[in-house]
Amino acid sequence: MSFFQVLAEAFRAMGMNRLRTALTMLGMIIGVGAVVLMLAIGQGAQSKINASIASMGSNLFIVVPGSTSSSGVRFGFGNAQTLTVADANALGEVPSVATAAPVVLGQFQLVAGNNNWRTTVFGVTAAYFTLRSWDLETGDMFGDEELRTFARVAVIGQTIAANLFPDEDPLGKTIRIRNSPYTVVGMLTKKGQSLDGRDQDDGVFVPLPTARQQLMRSSFPGSVNMIMAQARTAAQMPEAEFEMAQLLRIRHRLREGQEDDFSLRNMTAIAETAAVAARAMSLMLGAIASISLLVGGIGIMNIMLVSVTERTREIGIRMALGARKRDILLQFLTEAVVQSVFGGALGVALGVGGGWAVAQLAEMPVEVTAMSIVVAFGFAAAIGIFFGFYPARKAALLRPVEALRYE
Amino acid sequence: MSAAALIDVAGITKDYVTPGGVDVPVLHGIDLAIRRGEFVAIMGQSGSGKSTLMNILGCLDSPTAGRYVLTGNDVSALRDGQLAAVRNKTIGFVFQGFNLLKRMTALDNVALPLAYAGVSKREARRRARAQLERIGLGEFAGRLPNQLSGGQQQRVAIARALVMEPALVLADEPTGNLDTQTSNEIIDIFVKLNREQHMTVILVTHEPDIAARADRLVRLKDGVITYDGPAATGPSGARA
Ligand SMILES: Nc1ncnc2c1ncn2[C@@H]1O[C@H](COP(=O)(O)OP(=O)(O)OP(=O)(O)O)[C@@H](O)[C@H]1O
Ligand SMILES: [Mg+2]
Repeated sequence: MSFFQVLAEAFRAMGMNRLRTALTMLGMIIGVGAVVLMLAIGQGAQSKINASIASMGSNLFIVVPGSTSSSGVRFGFGNAQTLTVADANALGEVPSVATAAPVVLGQFQLVAGNNNWRTTVFGVTAAYFTLRSWDLETGDMFGDEELRTFARVAVIGQTIAANLFPDEDPLGKTIRIRNSPYTVVGMLTKKGQSLDGRDQDDGVFVPLPTARQQLMRSSFPGSVNMIMAQARTAAQMPEAEFEMAQLLRIRHRLREGQEDDFSLRNMTAIAETAAVAARAMSLMLGAIASISLLVGGIGIMNIMLVSVTERTREIGIRMALGARKRDILLQFLTEAVVQSVFGGALGVALGVGGGWAVAQLAEMPVEVTAMSIVVAFGFAAAIGIFFGFYPARKAALLRPVEALRYE
Repeated sequence: MSAAALIDVAGITKDYVTPGGVDVPVLHGIDLAIRRGEFVAIMGQSGSGKSTLMNILGCLDSPTAGRYVLTGNDVSALRDGQLAAVRNKTIGFVFQGFNLLKRMTALDNVALPLAYAGVSKREARRRARAQLERIGLGEFAGRLPNQLSGGQQQRVAIARALVMEPALVLADEPTGNLDTQTSNEIIDIFVKLNREQHMTVILVTHEPDIAARADRLVRLKDGVITYDGPAATGPSGARA
């Protein structure tokens, strides 16, 4: 019997009992759909995290002021004003450290023409952008000259540009911060979301001295909110971490046994943890979905076993007419595979459609990869063969007389 | 005689094993030789082992002991695939209960042995249709079995048994489910096949009238042959 005849037979048999065929396929549809969807959600989360990590900059440390205690009352991280520009400069001199950039920041209401927008204003030096490998989309970066002269210039993120200057070129325009005018000299490239979910493009960057003097009005001389530092190589991360901590303790005159008054965070380690967590989540989602695929497969086996029993007499007749064992095996196997493959195809459609819906409704990053489709589909076909084989074999091994006698 | 025999059966026994594990001997040493072109009727009481013997002759079952040589080949030496080929090409089996595939048209039922023989679908349909027409059912080709009368169904089954042009037709009570009128029409087909095409026919029946139309009669009783001779004459003949 030719392959097409076997296939036609399979369709005929499936068509005889449409509801049953549909229900069997439903198991496969849901299984494959779940795998594709879950892998897409997992992949989306992973891609998002990877993009955030890539946007962060490499081999990065963040130093923030630690908790301070005054007469036994402890304040949270970042409350103390213990880090200074001088600390940043000193950290920059550590051999294993490539760059260290002091940062001050605060929330301000920005006004430009009729538009206003509340955002974080960062006081930074050019080193900050190097360290974060953040380039300009248009315009110029402020340099030493602007820092020295307390210039009121600003480099803005794309979210700011979109909100304050819709449909116009922000370059050369004026933004008012605390009622002082700042001239926009540059606009940064898009960074997207950070690991903690902030929109990194929602920020304005002004020269550090300008920010300190005009915006923060800090009383503590030279204080900054944080210092970002970059190790020269990934291999030098532990070394850099140790040396920077030692240096800060010496500079802050901390005695042996006294707690750090700063907190040094290895951002790369945090990023790796996040990436591992995302991978684990995506694996777990896939694993859970695979179980439903397995259940779908068992459903196929169940139906095929029923079908073999119901059609025992038919099998006997076919054998009496000259069907070989392999003809019978192939017939039932084809039925199982056709159901799982069709179920698989519909499942892929469901998974892709579901992914699209999730992306639209839940605003989650969803990424259907060709790989996940191939894997889910291949898995479906394999399950058809695997779970179809036992019933098919059972049918093929029937003895003609016994099959014919079956009522 | 043995050399020219289409079927040569020697010392065949068959024991069934009941689910309880008890051996039930059904055939006790059957010796039978049938030449090409013979028309043999098999008679015997219910339970005498007629169907058991037919199933062995039709390669649907294997004997417990004994030798069965069909067209010069020892059947017990054949592998599963070769047995399937024998069932497909050498033997045409007609059952009491018709055994048509319910969800297939008459035409597709008749074409099925051709499909298993590897004949292309087109050619199979052409030959199946020709066979149906020869048996007078051309106009019913597209009908499903449950849209046909019992006699028509059995004729479709006969067409299916003949479509591979087998050397041997085995019919186990082919008229058991039919009225006398229809039975005669069915038997006419077998008689005509035998007379005109010299087809070897072995037919099991309970009807003496039907058995009388064969050349040779074999009587079975409790698993042994008690008569083997001309069908229509003698005290132990069909009408005895
Ligand atoms: N699968 C089986 N297992 C056990 N015993 C069986 C089996 N098939 C048949 N028998 C027994 O073998 C004996 C012969 O059965 P068989 O079907 O050959 O009889 P038969 O001559 O064809 O009868 P009938 O005229 O009623 O069709 C019977 O006693 C029957 O009970
Ligand atoms: Mg019988």
